[in-house]
Amino acid sequence: MRDVAVVAFAQSRAVRAEEGANEVEILMPVVSAAIERSGVPRKEIGFTVSGSCDYLAGVPFAFVQGLDAVGAWPPIRESHVEMDGAWALYEAWVRLQHGDVDSALVYAFGKSSLGDLPQVLTLQLDPYCMAPLWPDSISIAALQARAWLEAGHDEREMAEVAARSRKAALANPMAQVAQDLTPEELLKQPYLVSPLRRHDCPPISDGAAAVVLAAGGLAREVSERPAWIRGIDHRIEPHGLGVRDLTHSPSTRLAGERAGVGRATVDVAELHAPFSFQEVILRQALGLGPDVEVNPSGGALAANVMMGAGLVRIGEAAGRVSDGGAGRAVAHATSGPCLQQNLVCVLEADQ
Amino acid sequence: MAGEILVATNVLEYPYTRTVGPVLGAFFTGLREGRIQGVRAADGRVLVPPTEYDPLTSEELTEMVDVGQAGVVTTWAWVYAPRPLHPLDRPFAWVLVRLDGADTSMLHALDAGEPERMSTGMRVRVRWREGRVGEIQDIACFEPETPS
Repeated sequence: MRDVAVVAFAQSRAVRAEEGANEVEILMPVVSAAIERSGVPRKEIGFTVSGSCDYLAGVPFAFVQGLDAVGAWPPIRESHVEMDGAWALYEAWVRLQHGDVDSALVYAFGKSSLGDLPQVLTLQLDPYCMAPLWPDSISIAALQARAWLEAGHDEREMAEVAARSRKAALANPMAQVAQDLTPEELLKQPYLVSPLRRHDCPPISDGAAAVVLAAGGLAREVSERPAWIRGIDHRIEPHGLGVRDLTHSPSTRLAGERAGVGRATVDVAELHAPFSFQEVILRQALGLGPDVEVNPSGGALAANVMMGAGLVRIGEAAGRVSDGGAGRAVAHATSGPCLQQNLVCVLEADQ
Repeated sequence: MAGEILVATNVLEYPYTRTVGPVLGAFFTGLREGRIQGVRAADGRVLVPPTEYDPLTSEELTEMVDVGQAGVVTTWAWVYAPRPLHPLDRPFAWVLVRLDGADTSMLHALDAGEPERMSTGMRVRVRWREGRVGEIQDIACFEPETPS
């Protein structure tokens, strides 16, 4: 395998509704910042790939306008996934394995404020037996939360994840929800859809993120401390909720094994757990013990840009490696209802 | 022409029709007739709702099996404030229900009245809609087997 590293990351500050800017205007400064930080001249980037979701704007091929933030003339090699940008990064990593290009720009954006996000997310479900009933994304997560609770957990564990995440977000200027409340205070709040309270759910966010990847020698040339991708894998489970064991994440476990999470000590993990209890499921699936620092950024409970939050996990984890704060980091991204699809990426500094 | 504003109405619609195929087709035809069918998977389990392919092995599945119209709740979520498109306009529970004779559970709404009546493992039965057409909404909702 060809060595590929994250050499730059940029993101916008997540906000509930970016009323003064459209998707391109949100994206443009983020893409420019990532390219500038990478040290790779814009015109020399070998491949460009994005992740976004047309359903947010409600317009087919809405992703094409995102290219205005990149500049596609003279023609560039470009691709798109209707998925979180973490999967766009996976495509870029595969593309760099071909060996003919040495760098890639990966970006993701989502402006969820244009619609009613919990209802829009219904449309990702099975269109025959589930979507016609219009279960919203919070209700679907609540079904998983109840199954998980009754498998031997309690609501305090959920509140502890929420309290820790939102406290960590106080140190993250890009976060949307940051506060210092104890689990006891959170547990006094009423249910939204039981057993979920508002703090168990992610905020609805507008924003964008971008990463620049570089291979081998180019990565060493432009970065003092590249965050090398030492393993990356993604797996999916069936779409029917009733055929899955919702209390575990077998696809995360398998992706983590394939990515080699357990081969050495993990210093820090950025886990894409949109709902509080899902972090506990993911930690278990990845075999992360209590000594692993999880979501120092605040995670998806502090900012959850649709189609961007997974890529942000990779960018945040890579940032911890590049700034010397961690030698080995794990990043995770999820997609679909109840952690249906999961991607795991292992990032390491040079030994 | 100065002062004249041209107006055109644009109705956004997706005028597609699609066939649901042999397995879901049989399932929806059954619902219209007031019966519920699953499909037998490669390992002998009965999947409800049925799928054309085995979710684990991807084998093609064809053997339809009648299952019961009552079953048990395997997990639930209480909705205090229904959204406009939800199947019930009063507080209700989303449930996964494993019907008698089935090995997997299906999503639907349960008209239980109040959250105190809810528990995992409770028995529930189908409440059919009048004027069924062959779609999942032919099941209006589920209701507790034991009256309150």
